[in-house]
Amino acid sequence: MTERTVQPHEDWSRPPPATTGVIGWMRKNLFSTWLNSLMTLGALYVLVTTIPGLFQWAFIDAIWGDNPPEVCKNVPGACWSFIYEKYRFILFGVYPWEEHWRPLLAMIIFLTLIFGSCIKPLWVLGKWIILIWVVGLVMVGVLMWGGVLGMEYVDQSQWGGLPLTLFLATFGAVLSFPLAILLALGRRSEMPAIKAICVAYIELIRGVPLISILFMASVMFPLFLPTGVSIDKLLRAVVGLILFSAAYGAEIVRGGLQAIPRGQYEAADAMGLSYWQKMGKVILPQALRITIPPMVNGFIGGFKDTSLVLIIGLFDLLYTTRLAFQDINWRPYFVEGYVFCALIYFCFCFFMSRYSQWLERDLAKGQNY
Amino acid sequence: MTIQHQTSDVQAAAPARAAFYNDPTVRAIFWQVVVCGAVLALIGYLVSNALDNLARQNIASGFGFLDLPAGFAIGEGVIDYEPSNTYLRAIVIGLLNTIKVAVAGIIFATIIGVIVGVARLSPNWLIARFATVYIESLRNVPLLLQLFFWYALLVEALPVAREAYGPILGFYLSNRGLNVPLPHDIGFVFPLIGLALAIAGSAWLYRRNKRIHDATGETPNTILPVLIMLLVFPVLGWIVGGFPTEFDTPELGGFSFKGGGVVSAEFMALWLGLTLYTASFIAEIVRSGIQAVTKGQWEAAGALGLRRSQILRFVVLPQALRVIIPPTTSQYLNLTKNSSLAVAIGYPDIVSVAGTTLNQTGQAIEGIAIIMAVYLTLSLSISAFMNWYNKKIALVDR
Repeated sequence: MTERTVQPHEDWSRPPPATTGVIGWMRKNLFSTWLNSLMTLGALYVLVTTIPGLFQWAFIDAIWGDNPPEVCKNVPGACWSFIYEKYRFILFGVYPWEEHWRPLLAMIIFLTLIFGSCIKPLWVLGKWIILIWVVGLVMVGVLMWGGVLGMEYVDQSQWGGLPLTLFLATFGAVLSFPLAILLALGRRSEMPAIKAICVAYIELIRGVPLISILFMASVMFPLFLPTGVSIDKLLRAVVGLILFSAAYGAEIVRGGLQAIPRGQYEAADAMGLSYWQKMGKVILPQALRITIPPMVNGFIGGFKDTSLVLIIGLFDLLYTTRLAFQDINWRPYFVEGYVFCALIYFCFCFFMSRYSQWLERDLAKGQNY
Repeated sequence: MTIQHQTSDVQAAAPARAAFYNDPTVRAIFWQVVVCGAVLALIGYLVSNALDNLARQNIASGFGFLDLPAGFAIGEGVIDYEPSNTYLRAIVIGLLNTIKVAVAGIIFATIIGVIVGVARLSPNWLIARFATVYIESLRNVPLLLQLFFWYALLVEALPVAREAYGPILGFYLSNRGLNVPLPHDIGFVFPLIGLALAIAGSAWLYRRNKRIHDATGETPNTILPVLIMLLVFPVLGWIVGGFPTEFDTPELGGFSFKGGGVVSAEFMALWLGLTLYTASFIAEIVRSGIQAVTKGQWEAAGALGLRRSQILRFVVLPQALRVIIPPTTSQYLNLTKNSSLAVAIGYPDIVSVAGTTLNQTGQAIEGIAIIMAVYLTLSLSISAFMNWYNKKIALVDR
């Protein structure tokens, strides 16, 4: 048995080789067991077989810039000329071509309002935010409808694309909020009749798909209105979306109400506050704060759900995308169209979900319960 | 006596009570009457308008139309259907189609969701990234867009029936869907009986071995006997049935296939879209459920010498399941409700069939009522089943 001699060495202060650096990282994270190594190799194989092909399709073999559809024929790569040709139609639908700057400007104002409301330092503006929103929305409305300041009048039946999707999502969510709060309060009420009405409404709406609500909005609303009165298709869709998201919002608010400790309710009662004072000044300010992150998640769901309005014939972003490749020359390039559309949806939803995660962490700061 | 008399006198006269309109009970009753009255008045107003409008359009209300012949064709169905059949039968076909895609979707979404959720927490960096990319890209794109995409891909990218891929074991893949051979021979019943017996036997064995494990701590081998049963019993059935070999294989005749069964492109697109989309949500639920199990549980199980797979199976998942089940239930409900998007790609589900009925007959209220009743029933059944399962696995306090 040879005696192991240990040579003092300057490298002693260092960790053993192959536990640090790239190799160490790979050993730890990719090849820690034989099963792991197998999975890594499998994943690498999938990457090697798909990524170069995708890259080739999307970039190298692709046709860029302003080209007629004939150029794309017999080309193995993506035909981004389709997007180049049709992006204005996809984004703005059948809005008059020369007036596209109006929905664009309206959208920029609208997005600025939304992004601005998401920035926490601006929350100190408090009630001024509402005023800014009102002013902003009036500007958006003037730009979209026109008819004043020398702008041509554009009927809302010609609105379409991304602005329409954004308006539907935002108004569906914002306008459903008061109804959601009332329903949640009603569901927590001690009055049996009111509680029963609210529970029945919430469970009925949550039990059926959005499509059936939109169907109802499009075929049943006209029946329910007095003879001679008709409401616009867009308005019907918005009402349908509001009625739908109010039921889901109510459940979120109820979660917030339930999270407020009993003592808060009792303390408010002991102060001799009336029901609306108790709710408005003590309970709801705390409960709504908790419900902001799930509300944002609900908004993401609502944003994606607006794509369903194409079933009742509104020109939202998804519908204009589909119409863009109904053009017989561009028919084969549906993948490019869907990828473009999906990227727009993805950017919005991904940003919002990250925002909701950040908000959740931020609101949880300094909270011990 | 006098004192008592005085006290009761004071009580009787007690005008310190608030006026009756400030009494909480009275107020509660008042407000409930007002709200109920308002709701009833609104409903009454809408119904009277609807009746007026229906009368003007000469549409008879009621469900009498269900007995009339439907007159429209339906692409596919679980049971036989012809255009001369009644509306009722058409709607039943739609309902069965909805249930078919919902069940298939729920099963596969659960499997994929659990795998991706576990993979997202994998110590393998690459696998974890794969799972993250899968989840983020599918969650943030509307389901309807995904359905359109899958459907367009299946219809446009796959060859026409004439140039279908295949046959591989009698299967053909074309833009009409997947044509599959169906067993033709009555003898095939026996392998099926064998398979059923094997599944029943496996369930029995699983329970028996779990009982032994709980009582003694020993772990009898379950997987090997189960595999043997699943292999041997159907083969035995096949032998008993007299070696049936006849299949009704699809064959190309003209521009389409004859014989065999078909899984339509619409069904595949809807099923694929629903499964992959819902799986991304279930994966996130599984991940958060696993993360809800405290680190100490992992470490304790590791200290006992369990492998990662054993830790997951015996220690972590049973605890995580309690967190996972309630939100998963709502995902199942969402999947079932989202199957109504079938109408957009032409799969004949309940919404699509009821929508056609509604357009043909003008019975808007009845049509929507049928759709809502169907989904409410489905939702309540799934909730009831999942609540039962949730109760079964809930923590039992000693």
